[in-house]
Amino acid sequence: MSTIAEVIPSSAFRPAEAHAFKAAGEDFLYLVPSGAVFRMEGLCKDIVEFVRREPAMRSDIVAHFIDKGLELAEIEATIDDLDQAAVIASGFSKPPAPVVPLQKFPLQRVVLNVTNQCNLACTYCYEYSADKIAQQDGKPKYMTADIAESAVEMLILEAGGREGLHVTFFGGETLLNFNVMRTTVIYAERRAAELGKRIEFSLTTNATLLNETIVDFLSEHRIGVTVSIDGDQELNDKMRVFHDGRGSYSVIAPKIKELLKRHRTNSIGARVTLTSQVADVQRIYQHLTTELGFDSVGFSPATASPDRLYHIGTQKMDNILDSFAKLAWEYRDYAVEGKQHGFTNVSDTLKELNSGVSKAYPCGAGVGLLGVGTAGDISLCHRFVDSPVGKMGHVKEGGVDHEARGEFLATHHIGARYDCHTCWARPTCAGGCFHEAFVHYGETSAANLHYCDWIRGWNDLCLQILGEISVRNPQFLERFEN
Amino acid sequence: MSRLNPINKKARKIEQMIVAANGDVEALQKKSNANPGRIYYPMGCTLNFTPGWEVDNSGGTAGLCQPVERDLFDCYLGCGWPAQVPDHLNNSPDWTDKCASAANDWRKVDIVFP
Repeated sequence: MSTIAEVIPSSAFRPAEAHAFKAAGEDFLYLVPSGAVFRMEGLCKDIVEFVRREPAMRSDIVAHFIDKGLELAEIEATIDDLDQAAVIASGFSKPPAPVVPLQKFPLQRVVLNVTNQCNLACTYCYEYSADKIAQQDGKPKYMTADIAESAVEMLILEAGGREGLHVTFFGGETLLNFNVMRTTVIYAERRAAELGKRIEFSLTTNATLLNETIVDFLSEHRIGVTVSIDGDQELNDKMRVFHDGRGSYSVIAPKIKELLKRHRTNSIGARVTLTSQVADVQRIYQHLTTELGFDSVGFSPATASPDRLYHIGTQKMDNILDSFAKLAWEYRDYAVEGKQHGFTNVSDTLKELNSGVSKAYPCGAGVGLLGVGTAGDISLCHRFVDSPVGKMGHVKEGGVDHEARGEFLATHHIGARYDCHTCWARPTCAGGCFHEAFVHYGETSAANLHYCDWIRGWNDLCLQILGEISVRNPQFLERFEN
Repeated sequence: MSRLNPINKKARKIEQMIVAANGDVEALQKKSNANPGRIYYPMGCTLNFTPGWEVDNSGGTAGLCQPVERDLFDCYLGCGWPAQVPDHLNNSPDWTDKCASAANDWRKVDIVFP
Protein backbone atom coordinates (compact mmCIF):
# COMPACT_ATOMS: atom_id res chain seq x y z
CA MET A 1 0.00 0.00 0.00
CA SER A 2 1.39 3.40 -0.92
CA THR A 3 1.80 6.13 1.65
CA ILE A 4 -0.72 8.33 -0.11
CA ALA A 5 -3.39 5.67 0.05
CA GLU A 6 -2.97 5.51 3.82
CA VAL A 7 -3.83 9.17 4.30
CA ILE A 8 -7.31 9.40 5.73
CA PRO A 9 -9.30 12.15 4.05
CA SER A 10 -10.59 14.77 6.47
CA SER A 11 -14.11 14.13 5.29
CA ALA A 12 -13.94 10.49 6.39
CA PHE A 13 -16.12 9.56 9.35
CA ARG A 14 -14.64 7.87 12.40
CA PRO A 15 -16.08 7.18 15.85
CA ALA A 16 -16.10 10.35 17.95
CA GLU A 17 -14.65 10.34 21.46
CA ALA A 18 -16.69 8.00 23.64
CA HIS A 19 -16.54 5.22 26.21
CA ALA A 20 -18.27 2.04 25.10
CA PHE A 21 -19.84 -0.24 27.69
CA LYS A 22 -22.22 -3.17 27.87
CA ALA A 23 -25.12 -3.60 30.24
CA ALA A 24 -28.03 -6.05 30.32
CA GLY A 25 -26.75 -7.55 27.07
CA GLU A 26 -27.02 -4.23 25.22
CA ASP A 27 -24.34 -1.90 23.86
CA PHE A 28 -24.04 1.68 25.03
CA LEU A 29 -21.90 4.68 24.28
CA TYR A 30 -21.01 7.39 26.79
CA LEU A 31 -20.09 10.39 24.66
CA VAL A 32 -17.23 12.65 25.66
CA PRO A 33 -17.26 15.55 26.33
CA SER A 34 -21.05 15.90 26.13
CA GLY A 35 -21.81 13.23 28.74
CA ALA A 36 -24.72 11.88 26.69
CA VAL A 37 -25.51 8.16 26.89
CA PHE A 38 -27.04 6.37 23.90
CA ARG A 39 -28.04 2.75 23.56
CA MET A 40 -26.61 1.46 20.31
CA GLU A 41 -28.62 -0.86 18.15
CA GLY A 42 -29.64 -1.47 14.56
CA LEU A 43 -28.19 0.66 11.81
CA CYS A 44 -26.74 3.21 14.27
CA LYS A 45 -24.63 0.50 15.86
CA ASP A 46 -23.64 -0.99 12.51
CA ILE A 47 -22.48 2.35 11.10
CA VAL A 48 -20.37 3.09 14.19
CA GLU A 49 -18.85 -0.39 14.00
CA PHE A 50 -18.17 0.10 10.27
CA VAL A 51 -16.26 3.36 10.75
CA ARG A 52 -14.50 1.94 13.81
CA ARG A 53 -12.89 -0.73 11.64
CA GLU A 54 -11.67 1.94 9.25
CA PRO A 55 -12.57 5.62 8.79
CA ALA A 56 -14.93 5.87 5.83
CA MET A 57 -16.31 8.58 3.55
CA ARG A 58 -20.05 9.12 3.57
CA SER A 59 -20.28 7.65 0.07
CA ASP A 60 -18.50 4.48 1.23
CA ILE A 61 -20.80 4.10 4.21
CA VAL A 62 -23.84 4.56 1.98
CA ALA A 63 -22.53 2.10 -0.63
CA HIS A 64 -21.72 -0.51 2.03
CA PHE A 65 -25.21 -0.45 3.53
CA ILE A 66 -27.03 -0.17 0.20
CA ASP A 67 -25.30 -3.44 -0.70
CA LYS A 68 -26.84 -4.89 2.44
CA GLY A 69 -30.26 -3.94 1.13
CA LEU A 70 -30.96 -0.85 3.21
CA GLU A 71 -32.69 2.24 1.86
CA LEU A 72 -30.67 5.28 0.86
CA ALA A 73 -32.82 7.80 2.75
CA GLU A 74 -32.61 5.73 5.93
CA ILE A 75 -28.83 5.42 5.71
CA GLU A 76 -28.37 9.15 5.00
CA ALA A 77 -30.64 10.18 7.83
CA THR A 78 -28.90 7.83 10.27
CA ILE A 79 -25.47 9.16 9.31
CA ASP A 80 -26.77 12.70 9.87
CA ASP A 81 -28.20 11.83 13.28
CA LEU A 82 -24.96 10.15 14.36
CA ASP A 83 -22.88 13.06 13.05
CA GLN A 84 -25.00 15.72 14.72
CA ALA A 85 -25.07 13.88 18.03
CA ALA A 86 -21.25 13.56 17.76
CA VAL A 87 -21.36 9.76 17.87
CA ILE A 88 -19.27 9.80 14.70
CA ALA A 89 -17.19 12.71 13.42
CA SER A 90 -15.41 13.88 10.32
CA GLY A 91 -13.29 16.93 9.56
CA PHE A 92 -16.51 18.66 8.56
CA SER A 93 -18.31 17.91 11.80
CA LYS A 94 -19.05 20.74 14.16
CA PRO A 95 -16.04 21.03 16.48
CA PRO A 96 -16.71 20.86 20.22
CA ALA A 97 -17.15 24.26 21.81
CA PRO A 98 -14.05 25.55 23.58
CA VAL A 99 -14.22 25.73 27.37
CA VAL A 100 -14.50 29.35 28.41
CA PRO A 101 -13.47 30.00 32.01
CA LEU A 102 -16.26 31.34 34.18
CA GLN A 103 -16.01 34.83 35.52
CA LYS A 104 -18.58 35.98 38.00
CA PHE A 105 -20.82 33.11 38.98
CA PRO A 106 -23.73 33.56 41.39
CA LEU A 107 -22.85 32.05 44.73
CA GLN A 108 -25.10 29.27 46.03
CA ARG A 109 -23.47 28.04 49.19
CA VAL A 110 -21.12 29.15 51.91
CA VAL A 111 -19.41 26.74 54.26
CA LEU A 112 -18.82 28.32 57.63
CA ASN A 113 -15.98 26.77 59.62
CA VAL A 114 -17.53 27.96 62.86
CA THR A 115 -14.62 26.63 64.89
CA ASN A 116 -11.16 25.28 64.27
CA GLN A 117 -11.27 23.31 67.53
CA CYS A 118 -12.18 19.64 67.82
CA ASN A 119 -12.81 17.34 70.75
CA LEU A 120 -11.60 14.38 68.70
CA ALA A 121 -8.13 13.84 67.33
CA CYS A 122 -8.68 11.72 64.23
CA THR A 123 -5.33 10.90 62.77
CA TYR A 124 -6.35 11.56 59.17
CA CYS A 125 -8.14 14.88 59.65
CA TYR A 126 -7.46 17.04 56.61
CA GLU A 127 -8.38 20.20 58.42
CA TYR A 128 -6.05 20.11 61.33
CA SER A 129 -3.70 17.10 61.36
CA ALA A 130 -0.42 16.18 59.67
CA ASP A 131 -1.43 17.22 56.13
CA LYS A 132 -3.31 20.31 57.17
CA ILE A 133 -2.79 23.40 55.08
CA ALA A 134 -4.60 25.76 57.43
CA GLN A 135 -2.50 28.18 59.43
CA GLN A 136 -4.58 29.04 62.46
CA ASP A 137 -1.93 31.10 64.25
CA GLY A 138 -3.57 34.30 65.36
CA LYS A 139 -7.02 33.12 64.22
CA PRO A 140 -9.80 32.96 66.79
CA LYS A 141 -10.84 29.49 67.90
CA TYR A 142 -14.54 30.26 67.39
CA MET A 143 -16.36 32.29 64.79
CA THR A 144 -18.43 35.12 66.25
CA ALA A 145 -22.08 35.64 65.40
CA ASP A 146 -21.08 38.95 63.83
CA ILE A 147 -18.70 37.26 61.37
CA ALA A 148 -21.21 34.51 60.60
CA GLU A 149 -23.93 37.06 59.84
CA SER A 150 -21.55 38.98 57.58
CA ALA A 151 -20.90 35.72 55.77
CA VAL A 152 -24.65 35.26 55.28
CA GLU A 153 -24.86 38.83 53.91
CA MET A 154 -21.98 38.04 51.56
CA LEU A 155 -23.87 34.97 50.34
CA ILE A 156 -27.00 37.03 49.72
CA LEU A 157 -25.05 39.73 47.89
CA GLU A 158 -23.02 37.34 45.76
CA ALA A 159 -25.98 35.08 44.97
CA GLY A 160 -27.53 37.79 42.82
CA GLY A 161 -30.92 36.65 41.58
CA ARG A 162 -30.54 33.07 42.74
CA GLU A 163 -33.55 31.96 44.76
CA GLY A 164 -32.18 28.99 46.66
CA LEU A 165 -29.34 29.55 49.10
CA HIS A 166 -27.48 27.10 51.29
CA VAL A 167 -25.36 27.46 54.41
CA THR A 168 -23.21 24.57 55.60
CA PHE A 169 -21.75 24.52 59.08
CA PHE A 170 -18.40 22.88 59.43
CA GLY A 171 -15.44 22.70 61.82
CA GLY A 172 -13.37 21.53 63.66
CA GLU A 173 -16.27 20.01 65.53
CA THR A 174 -19.16 22.22 64.46
CA LEU A 175 -21.24 21.70 67.59
CA LEU A 176 -18.50 23.13 69.81
CA ASN A 177 -19.89 26.43 68.52
CA PHE A 178 -23.55 25.49 68.49
CA ASN A 179 -24.55 28.90 69.86
CA VAL A 180 -23.27 30.76 66.83
CA MET A 181 -24.71 28.13 64.54
CA ARG A 182 -28.12 28.60 66.16
CA THR A 183 -28.13 32.41 65.95
CA THR A 184 -26.86 32.25 62.36
CA VAL A 185 -29.65 29.90 61.30
CA ILE A 186 -32.27 32.18 62.81
CA TYR A 187 -30.65 35.27 61.30
CA ALA A 188 -30.35 33.70 57.85
CA GLU A 189 -33.94 32.45 57.89
CA ARG A 190 -35.17 35.94 58.72
CA ARG A 191 -33.05 37.55 55.97
CA ALA A 192 -34.14 34.98 53.41
CA ALA A 193 -37.79 35.53 54.32
CA GLU A 194 -37.35 39.30 53.90
CA LEU A 195 -35.88 38.79 50.45
CA GLY A 196 -38.27 36.06 49.35
CA LYS A 197 -35.50 33.51 48.97
CA ARG A 198 -35.32 29.89 50.03
CA ILE A 199 -32.55 28.93 52.41
CA GLU A 200 -31.37 25.51 53.53
CA PHE A 201 -28.82 24.40 56.07
CA SER A 202 -26.60 21.45 56.70
CA LEU A 203 -23.91 20.54 59.12
CA THR A 204 -21.18 18.02 59.52
CA THR A 205 -20.54 16.66 62.99
CA ASN A 206 -18.74 13.89 64.81
CA ALA A 207 -21.92 13.39 66.89
CA THR A 208 -20.13 13.47 70.25
CA LEU A 209 -21.95 16.58 71.43
CA LEU A 210 -25.47 15.84 70.22
CA ASN A 211 -28.15 16.27 72.86
CA GLU A 212 -31.90 16.70 72.94
CA THR A 213 -31.85 20.49 72.59
CA ILE A 214 -29.53 20.38 69.62
CA VAL A 215 -31.37 17.56 67.88
CA ASP A 216 -34.71 19.32 68.31
CA PHE A 217 -33.22 22.51 66.89
CA LEU A 218 -31.84 20.61 63.87
CA SER A 219 -35.20 18.99 63.31
CA GLU A 220 -37.18 22.20 63.74
CA HIS A 221 -35.02 24.04 61.18
CA ARG A 222 -34.81 21.09 58.80
CA ILE A 223 -31.03 21.02 58.93
CA GLY A 224 -29.41 18.22 56.95
CA VAL A 225 -26.83 16.31 58.96
CA THR A 226 -23.72 14.46 57.91
CA VAL A 227 -22.25 12.33 60.67
CA SER A 228 -18.61 11.36 60.39
CA ILE A 229 -18.28 7.75 61.50
CA ASP A 230 -16.14 4.90 60.24
CA GLY A 231 -18.20 1.80 61.04
CA ASP A 232 -18.55 -0.46 64.05
CA GLN A 233 -16.65 0.05 67.27
CA GLU A 234 -13.50 -1.75 66.19
CA LEU A 235 -13.20 0.06 62.87
CA ASN A 236 -14.40 3.48 64.02
CA ASP A 237 -12.08 3.57 67.00
CA LYS A 238 -8.94 2.92 64.95
CA MET A 239 -8.81 6.54 63.79
CA ARG A 240 -11.70 8.42 65.41
CA VAL A 241 -10.37 8.91 68.91
CA PHE A 242 -10.45 11.53 71.66
CA HIS A 243 -7.29 13.39 72.53
CA ASP A 244 -6.48 10.84 75.21
CA GLY A 245 -6.71 8.02 72.70
CA ARG A 246 -10.13 6.66 73.75
CA GLY A 247 -12.32 5.59 70.87
CA SER A 248 -15.43 7.65 70.17
CA TYR A 249 -17.85 4.89 69.13
CA SER A 250 -19.39 4.13 72.52
CA VAL A 251 -20.09 7.83 73.02
CA ILE A 252 -21.63 8.50 69.61
CA ALA A 253 -23.62 5.32 68.90
CA PRO A 254 -26.49 6.05 71.34
CA LYS A 255 -26.53 9.73 70.32
CA ILE A 256 -26.78 8.81 66.66
CA LYS A 257 -29.69 6.45 67.32
CA GLU A 258 -31.45 9.26 69.16
CA LEU A 259 -30.71 11.69 66.31
CA LEU A 260 -32.12 9.32 63.71
CA LYS A 261 -35.21 8.77 65.84
CA ARG A 262 -36.00 12.41 66.63
CA HIS A 263 -34.87 14.28 63.50
CA ARG A 264 -37.09 13.35 60.57
CA THR A 265 -37.28 16.61 58.61
CA ASN A 266 -34.15 16.30 56.47
CA SER A 267 -31.63 13.70 55.39
CA ILE A 268 -29.11 12.32 57.84
CA GLY A 269 -26.19 10.59 56.22
CA ALA A 270 -23.08 8.83 57.43
CA ARG A 271 -19.76 9.81 55.94
CA VAL A 272 -17.01 7.23 56.20
CA THR A 273 -13.34 7.96 55.72
CA LEU A 274 -11.43 5.01 54.32
CA THR A 275 -7.81 4.43 55.25
CA SER A 276 -5.35 1.59 54.85
CA GLN A 277 -6.65 0.16 58.16
CA VAL A 278 -10.35 0.83 57.64
CA ALA A 279 -11.45 -0.35 54.23
CA ASP A 280 -14.06 -3.08 54.70
CA VAL A 281 -16.79 -1.26 52.80
CA GLN A 282 -19.49 -3.91 53.10
CA ARG A 283 -19.00 -4.54 56.78
CA ILE A 284 -19.14 -0.79 57.44
CA TYR A 285 -22.24 -0.30 55.29
CA GLN A 286 -24.02 -3.19 56.96
CA HIS A 287 -23.29 -1.89 60.41
CA LEU A 288 -24.25 1.71 59.74
CA THR A 289 -27.52 0.84 58.04
CA THR A 290 -28.80 -2.17 59.98
CA GLU A 291 -27.27 -1.55 63.42
CA LEU A 292 -27.41 2.23 63.63
CA GLY A 293 -30.22 2.92 61.17
CA PHE A 294 -28.69 5.34 58.68
CA ASP A 295 -30.46 5.28 55.34
CA SER A 296 -27.57 6.76 53.42
CA VAL A 297 -23.85 6.10 53.70
CA GLY A 298 -21.07 7.68 51.66
CA PHE A 299 -17.42 6.63 51.57
CA SER A 300 -14.38 8.67 50.81
CA PRO A 301 -10.71 7.72 50.96
CA ALA A 302 -8.66 9.89 53.33
CA THR A 303 -6.70 12.64 51.68
CA ALA A 304 -3.13 11.96 52.66
CA SER A 305 0.34 12.35 51.28
CA PRO A 306 1.72 8.96 50.22
CA ASP A 307 4.14 8.65 53.15
CA ARG A 308 1.43 8.59 55.81
CA LEU A 309 0.79 5.21 57.39
CA TYR A 310 -2.93 5.48 56.79
CA HIS A 311 -2.48 6.37 53.11
CA ILE A 312 -4.20 3.88 50.84
CA GLY A 313 -1.78 2.51 48.28
CA THR A 314 -2.69 1.56 44.72
CA GLN A 315 -3.15 -2.12 45.52
CA LYS A 316 -5.49 -1.37 48.39
CA MET A 317 -7.42 1.11 46.25
CA ASP A 318 -8.05 -1.67 43.75
CA ASN A 319 -9.41 -3.83 46.56
CA ILE A 320 -11.64 -0.98 47.66
CA LEU A 321 -12.97 -0.64 44.13
CA ASP A 322 -13.81 -4.36 44.22
CA SER A 323 -15.75 -4.02 47.43
CA PHE A 324 -17.39 -0.82 46.16
CA ALA A 325 -18.44 -2.86 43.14
CA LYS A 326 -20.09 -5.55 45.28
CA LEU A 327 -22.10 -2.95 47.15
CA ALA A 328 -22.86 -1.11 43.91
CA TRP A 329 -24.32 -4.27 42.36
CA GLU A 330 -26.49 -4.59 45.43
CA TYR A 331 -27.67 -1.03 44.68
CA ARG A 332 -28.40 -2.14 41.12
CA ASP A 333 -30.47 -5.09 42.36
CA TYR A 334 -32.46 -2.80 44.62
CA ALA A 335 -32.99 -0.29 41.81
CA VAL A 336 -34.24 -2.94 39.41
CA GLU A 337 -36.87 -3.82 42.00
CA GLY A 338 -37.64 -0.12 42.48
CA LYS A 339 -36.22 -0.05 45.99
CA GLN A 340 -34.04 2.59 47.60
CA HIS A 341 -30.45 1.68 48.52
CA GLY A 342 -28.34 3.89 50.76
CA PHE A 343 -24.92 3.66 49.07
CA THR A 344 -24.70 7.34 48.19
CA ASN A 345 -21.49 7.05 46.19
CA VAL A 346 -23.60 5.24 43.58
CA SER A 347 -26.63 7.52 43.75
CA ASP A 348 -24.45 10.64 43.55
CA THR A 349 -22.60 9.35 40.50
CA LEU A 350 -25.80 8.05 38.88
CA LYS A 351 -27.38 11.46 39.30
CA GLU A 352 -24.48 13.06 37.45
CA LEU A 353 -24.35 10.43 34.74
CA ASN A 354 -28.09 10.50 34.26
CA SER A 355 -28.18 14.25 33.80
CA GLY A 356 -25.08 14.01 31.61
CA VAL A 357 -22.94 16.59 33.36
CA SER A 358 -19.90 17.86 31.53
CA LYS A 359 -17.96 19.74 34.12
CA ALA A 360 -15.66 22.68 33.52
CA TYR A 361 -14.64 22.45 37.18
CA PRO A 362 -14.49 19.34 39.36
CA CYS A 363 -16.66 20.80 42.10
CA GLY A 364 -18.37 23.99 43.18
CA ALA A 365 -15.33 25.40 45.01
CA GLY A 366 -14.78 28.99 43.90
CA VAL A 367 -17.70 28.65 41.50
CA GLY A 368 -20.95 28.42 43.50
CA LEU A 369 -19.34 27.67 46.85
CA LEU A 370 -16.90 29.49 49.12
CA GLY A 371 -15.56 28.70 52.58
CA VAL A 372 -15.32 31.14 55.48
CA GLY A 373 -12.87 30.77 58.40
CA THR A 374 -13.39 31.73 62.04
CA ALA A 375 -11.88 35.19 61.49
CA GLY A 376 -14.01 35.83 58.42
CA ASP A 377 -11.43 35.03 55.78
CA ILE A 378 -13.01 33.78 52.59
CA SER A 379 -11.44 30.78 50.92
CA LEU A 380 -11.87 28.53 47.94
CA CYS A 381 -13.72 25.95 50.06
CA HIS A 382 -13.85 24.65 53.63
CA ARG A 383 -10.70 22.63 53.04
CA PHE A 384 -8.69 25.77 52.27
CA VAL A 385 -10.00 27.85 55.15
CA ASP A 386 -7.23 29.87 56.81
CA SER A 387 -4.69 28.71 54.27
CA PRO A 388 -2.68 31.21 52.23
CA VAL A 389 -3.62 29.16 49.16
CA GLY A 390 -7.04 29.87 47.72
CA LYS A 391 -7.66 32.99 49.83
CA MET A 392 -10.44 35.07 48.32
CA GLY A 393 -11.12 38.07 50.51
CA HIS A 394 -12.73 38.72 53.87
CA VAL A 395 -16.43 38.90 54.75
CA LYS A 396 -16.03 42.26 56.49
CA GLU A 397 -13.19 43.80 54.52
CA GLY A 398 -14.30 44.17 50.94
CA GLY A 399 -16.15 40.84 50.64
CA VAL A 400 -15.21 38.43 47.89
CA ASP A 401 -11.96 39.23 46.12
CA HIS A 402 -13.27 38.93 42.59
CA GLU A 403 -9.87 39.31 41.05
CA ALA A 404 -8.49 36.34 42.99
CA ARG A 405 -11.63 34.30 42.26
CA GLY A 406 -11.48 35.15 38.53
CA GLU A 407 -7.79 34.28 38.44
CA PHE A 408 -8.51 30.94 40.09
CA LEU A 409 -11.34 30.10 37.71
CA ALA A 410 -9.22 31.06 34.71
CA THR A 411 -6.38 28.73 35.68
CA HIS A 412 -8.30 25.73 37.03
CA HIS A 413 -10.93 24.86 34.45
CA ILE A 414 -10.79 21.62 32.52
CA GLY A 415 -9.38 23.33 29.42
CA ALA A 416 -6.27 24.16 31.44
CA ARG A 417 -5.86 20.63 32.85
CA TYR A 418 -4.03 19.15 29.91
CA ASP A 419 -3.57 15.73 31.54
CA CYS A 420 -7.33 15.27 31.40
CA HIS A 421 -7.82 16.05 27.72
CA THR A 422 -7.57 12.47 26.53
CA CYS A 423 -9.52 10.90 29.40
CA TRP A 424 -13.08 9.74 28.85
CA ALA A 425 -14.00 10.27 32.50
CA ARG A 426 -13.37 14.02 32.37
CA PRO A 427 -17.05 15.05 32.06
CA THR A 428 -17.68 13.95 35.66
CA CYS A 429 -14.18 14.14 37.14
CA ALA A 430 -12.64 17.27 35.56
CA GLY A 431 -9.35 16.56 37.32
CA GLY A 432 -10.57 16.00 40.86
CA CYS A 433 -10.33 17.75 44.21
CA PHE A 434 -8.12 20.89 44.40
CA HIS A 435 -7.21 20.09 47.99
CA GLU A 436 -6.26 16.50 47.21
CA ALA A 437 -4.08 17.82 44.37
CA PHE A 438 -2.45 20.35 46.65
CA VAL A 439 -1.61 17.75 49.31
CA HIS A 440 -0.23 15.32 46.71
CA TYR A 441 1.47 17.58 44.20
CA GLY A 442 1.77 20.96 45.91
CA GLU A 443 -0.42 22.51 43.20
CA THR A 444 -4.15 23.09 43.29
CA SER A 445 -4.20 23.05 39.50
CA ALA A 446 -2.64 19.58 39.15
CA ALA A 447 -4.85 16.74 37.97
CA ASN A 448 -5.15 13.97 40.58
CA LEU A 449 -3.30 11.44 38.49
CA HIS A 450 -3.02 8.96 41.37
CA TYR A 451 -6.81 8.45 41.18
CA CYS A 452 -7.29 8.21 37.40
CA ASP A 453 -7.67 4.43 37.12
CA TRP A 454 -9.93 4.41 40.12
CA ILE A 455 -12.15 7.17 38.76
CA ARG A 456 -12.43 5.50 35.36
CA GLY A 457 -13.19 2.15 37.01
CA TRP A 458 -15.88 3.72 39.16
CA ASN A 459 -17.45 5.65 36.27
CA ASP A 460 -17.48 2.53 34.11
CA LEU A 461 -19.19 0.59 36.89
CA CYS A 462 -21.81 3.28 37.44
CA LEU A 463 -22.42 3.58 33.69
CA GLN A 464 -23.10 -0.15 33.59
CA ILE A 465 -25.55 0.27 36.44
CA LEU A 466 -27.20 3.19 34.63
CA GLY A 467 -27.43 1.13 31.44
CA GLU A 468 -28.86 -1.84 33.24
CA ILE A 469 -31.47 0.19 35.09
CA SER A 470 -32.39 1.93 31.82
CA VAL A 471 -33.21 -1.47 30.34
CA ARG A 472 -34.73 -3.26 33.31
CA ASN A 473 -36.47 -0.51 35.28
CA PRO A 474 -36.26 2.85 33.48
CA GLN A 475 -38.83 4.47 35.81
CA PHE A 476 -36.27 4.29 38.60
CA LEU A 477 -34.19 6.95 36.83
CA GLU A 478 -36.99 9.49 37.11
CA ARG A 479 -35.91 10.18 40.69
CA PHE A 480 -32.68 11.66 39.32
CA GLU A 481 -34.42 14.00 36.93
CA ASN A 482 -34.61 17.03 39.21
CA MET B 1 -37.79 11.53 16.47
CA SER B 2 -34.27 10.68 15.48
CA ARG B 3 -32.87 7.22 14.93
CA LEU B 4 -30.93 7.36 18.19
CA ASN B 5 -31.78 5.76 21.53
CA PRO B 6 -31.10 8.38 24.17
CA ILE B 7 -30.71 7.00 27.70
CA ASN B 8 -29.94 9.99 29.87
CA LYS B 9 -31.15 13.58 30.07
CA LYS B 10 -28.24 15.04 28.07
CA ALA B 11 -28.75 12.52 25.28
CA ARG B 12 -32.45 13.43 25.12
CA LYS B 13 -31.52 17.10 24.92
CA ILE B 14 -29.13 16.39 22.06
CA GLU B 15 -31.83 14.44 20.27
CA GLN B 16 -34.24 17.36 20.66
CA MET B 17 -31.65 19.69 19.20
CA ILE B 18 -31.12 17.45 16.22
CA VAL B 19 -34.85 17.17 15.58
CA ALA B 20 -35.28 20.93 15.94
CA ALA B 21 -32.33 21.71 13.70
CA ASN B 22 -33.54 19.38 11.00
CA GLY B 23 -37.16 20.39 11.32
CA ASP B 24 -37.17 24.17 11.40
CA VAL B 25 -35.68 25.41 8.16
CA GLU B 26 -37.14 23.49 5.29
CA ALA B 27 -35.69 25.67 2.51
CA LEU B 28 -38.74 25.69 0.25
CA GLN B 29 -38.40 21.97 -0.24
CA LYS B 30 -41.28 19.63 -0.28
CA LYS B 31 -42.91 19.85 3.11
CA SER B 32 -41.70 16.92 5.14
CA ASN B 33 -43.57 15.16 7.88
CA ALA B 34 -40.65 15.45 10.27
CA ASN B 35 -42.67 17.43 12.81
CA PRO B 36 -46.33 16.81 12.33
CA GLY B 37 -48.42 19.46 14.03
CA ARG B 38 -45.70 22.08 14.08
CA ILE B 39 -45.68 25.30 12.06
CA TYR B 40 -43.91 25.00 8.74
CA TYR B 41 -41.53 27.85 7.94
CA PRO B 42 -40.25 28.16 4.39
CA MET B 43 -36.72 29.56 4.30
CA GLY B 44 -36.64 33.33 3.89
CA CYS B 45 -38.99 34.12 6.72
CA THR B 46 -37.94 35.48 10.02
CA LEU B 47 -38.98 33.47 13.02
CA ASN B 48 -41.54 35.11 15.26
CA PHE B 49 -38.95 36.41 17.67
CA THR B 50 -36.45 37.80 15.19
CA PRO B 51 -36.62 41.51 14.48
CA GLY B 52 -38.50 42.27 11.28
CA TRP B 53 -36.90 44.24 8.48
CA GLU B 54 -39.17 47.26 8.39
CA VAL B 55 -37.08 48.97 5.74
CA ASP B 56 -34.59 47.87 3.16
CA ASN B 57 -30.90 48.62 3.32
CA SER B 58 -31.34 52.05 1.75
CA GLY B 59 -33.79 53.11 4.46
CA GLY B 60 -36.81 52.89 2.14
CA THR B 61 -39.40 50.25 1.39
CA ALA B 62 -38.86 49.93 -2.36
CA GLY B 63 -36.25 47.21 -2.13
CA LEU B 64 -38.19 44.80 0.05
CA CYS B 65 -39.03 41.54 -1.61
CA GLN B 66 -42.76 42.16 -1.15
CA PRO B 67 -44.56 45.43 -0.52
CA VAL B 68 -44.88 45.67 3.25
CA GLU B 69 -48.53 46.70 2.92
CA ARG B 70 -49.27 43.16 1.86
CA ASP B 71 -47.52 41.38 4.63
CA LEU B 72 -50.37 40.24 6.77
CA PHE B 73 -50.99 37.82 9.55
CA ASP B 74 -49.83 34.76 7.79
CA CYS B 75 -46.39 36.28 7.43
CA TYR B 76 -46.60 37.28 11.03
CA LEU B 77 -47.40 33.85 12.45
CA GLY B 78 -48.45 31.08 10.12
CA CYS B 79 -46.22 32.28 7.28
CA GLY B 80 -48.15 31.85 4.05
CA TRP B 81 -46.15 34.50 2.23
CA PRO B 82 -42.41 34.59 1.75
CA ALA B 83 -41.73 38.09 3.07
CA GLN B 84 -40.64 39.95 6.18
CA VAL B 85 -43.04 41.71 8.51
CA PRO B 86 -42.47 44.30 11.19
CA ASP B 87 -41.24 42.95 14.45
CA HIS B 88 -44.24 42.88 16.72
CA LEU B 89 -42.32 41.95 19.85
CA ASN B 90 -39.96 44.90 20.14
CA ASN B 91 -40.45 47.72 17.67
CA SER B 92 -44.00 47.49 16.38
CA PRO B 93 -46.08 45.76 19.03
CA ASP B 94 -49.23 47.65 17.98
CA TRP B 95 -48.81 47.18 14.23
CA THR B 96 -51.99 45.18 13.84
CA ASP B 97 -54.06 46.76 16.59
CA LYS B 98 -56.56 48.19 14.11
CA CYS B 99 -56.77 44.99 12.13
CA ALA B 100 -59.34 42.77 13.75
CA SER B 101 -59.80 40.60 10.70
CA ALA B 102 -57.05 40.44 8.12
CA ALA B 103 -59.46 39.72 5.29
CA ASN B 104 -61.47 42.91 5.96
CA ASP B 105 -59.07 45.27 7.67
CA TRP B 106 -55.82 44.68 5.88
CA ARG B 107 -55.73 48.26 4.61
CA LYS B 108 -55.46 49.48 8.19
CA VAL B 109 -52.15 47.74 8.56
CA ASP B 110 -49.83 50.58 7.73
CA ILE B 111 -46.28 50.90 6.54
CA VAL B 112 -43.76 50.93 9.37
CA PHE B 113 -40.98 53.49 9.44
CA PRO B 114 -38.08 53.28 11.85
